Amino acid sequence: MSFSWMAWTLPTALFWVGIVSCLISMCVWEYYSPGGNPRVGILRFETTRGDRLFISLLGSAFIHLAWLGLVGPGLWWALGISFVYAICVFKTV
Amino acid sequence: MSKNQLSWILVSPALMLLLVVGGIPLMTVLNFSFHDVFNQSNIFWIGTDWYQDILQSDRFYNSLGRSLLFSALILAIEIPLGIYLALCLPKRGIGVSISLICLAMPLLVPWNMISIIWIAVLNEQNGLIGTVLSGIGFHLDWKFNPAHTWLTVITIDVWHWTSLVAILCYSSLSTIPSPFYQSAAIDGASRFQVFRYVELPKMNQVLMMALLLRFMDSFLIFIEPFRLNAGGPNNSTMFLAMDLGEEVAAFNYGPSAARSVIYFAFILCVAWSFNAVLNYQNRDNRKLEN
Repeated sequence: MSFSWMAWTLPTALFWVGIVSCLISMCVWEYYSPGGNPRVGILRFETTRGDRLFISLLGSAFIHLAWLGLVGPGLWWALGISFVYAICVFKTV
Repeated sequence: MSKNQLSWILVSPALMLLLVVGGIPLMTVLNFSFHDVFNQSNIFWIGTDWYQDILQSDRFYNSLGRSLLFSALILAIEIPLGIYLALCLPKRGIGVSISLICLAMPLLVPWNMISIIWIAVLNEQNGLIGTVLSGIGFHLDWKFNPAHTWLTVITIDVWHWTSLVAILCYSSLSTIPSPFYQSAAIDGASRFQVFRYVELPKMNQVLMMALLLRFMDSFLIFIEPFRLNAGGPNNSTMFLAMDLGEEVAAFNYGPSAARSVIYFAFILCVAWSFNAVLNYQNRDNRKLEN
């Protein structure tokens, strides 16, 4: 069975490997510290670390889209901002 | 084996199926959005060019604005109207089934047919509404007047989907036990107070569902405006999904994949916000219960 019709190239493969490794590391984290660490952050309702990951990923998607729309190519900066954003989300939300 | 593990094993076939029918297409769409796809054997890496083209074009922002305006208008009309209809429905007797069946009728019409039905009904020579409108001197020009096209598309959508909101609200209204109404009557509550403090809190969760469903459907509305006037006149009813449909019809798989990914991000964002509001309300409810 060939998957060439799915247009796999190194960058797209790296992207999906990144997403999957995020999910796997969340599972490992959950195994060592179960319960998802629920707390009430700046959104003023209870979030778990799964929620925080989702907010980080979705926010990063918008940061990248905004960068492409407003600035243009050179997404390494957007990636950097996304990492800072994700750290802030995990610390405060 | 714990109960939790057993439930994971039992749910795993469904998860696998979901991965195949949801995950693989999603992966393919995201991969396509970074490529120029001529056919299955001629696929070239192109980077983020499609995204840049879309996000730096006025056309995208115009369509986005129109879609948001359309969704806002639809929600502002359908949600209150649906609640009102649900409140007016009979509570018991044969009338319940008759009115529910009548309400469900528009939901059963296939989407392609709806615009065709309305074009026939609005025909000024022999259509039911068209002849009445021209009789009172109102010339509905849905083909060449943007305001009239908008009016027609909104009317079509309200006709088609208000029943969904009404039926959902009715289902939650019918779960309110009669002692609630009796104690409200003893306290001398007005009709509005009964609605505000007894009925509306019960409908809250269902209303959020209705709001979410109607938002997603209306935000990506395609077939009704397309069949009515194909986005015209002068692109004034060109919504997001119609831009996408145009790209797909032209076999531009790369740009359409990029569009799909952008729309997907928007829908996810809105769905998450609705979920956040629900969580926020639940927190308030828990506080009340404590």
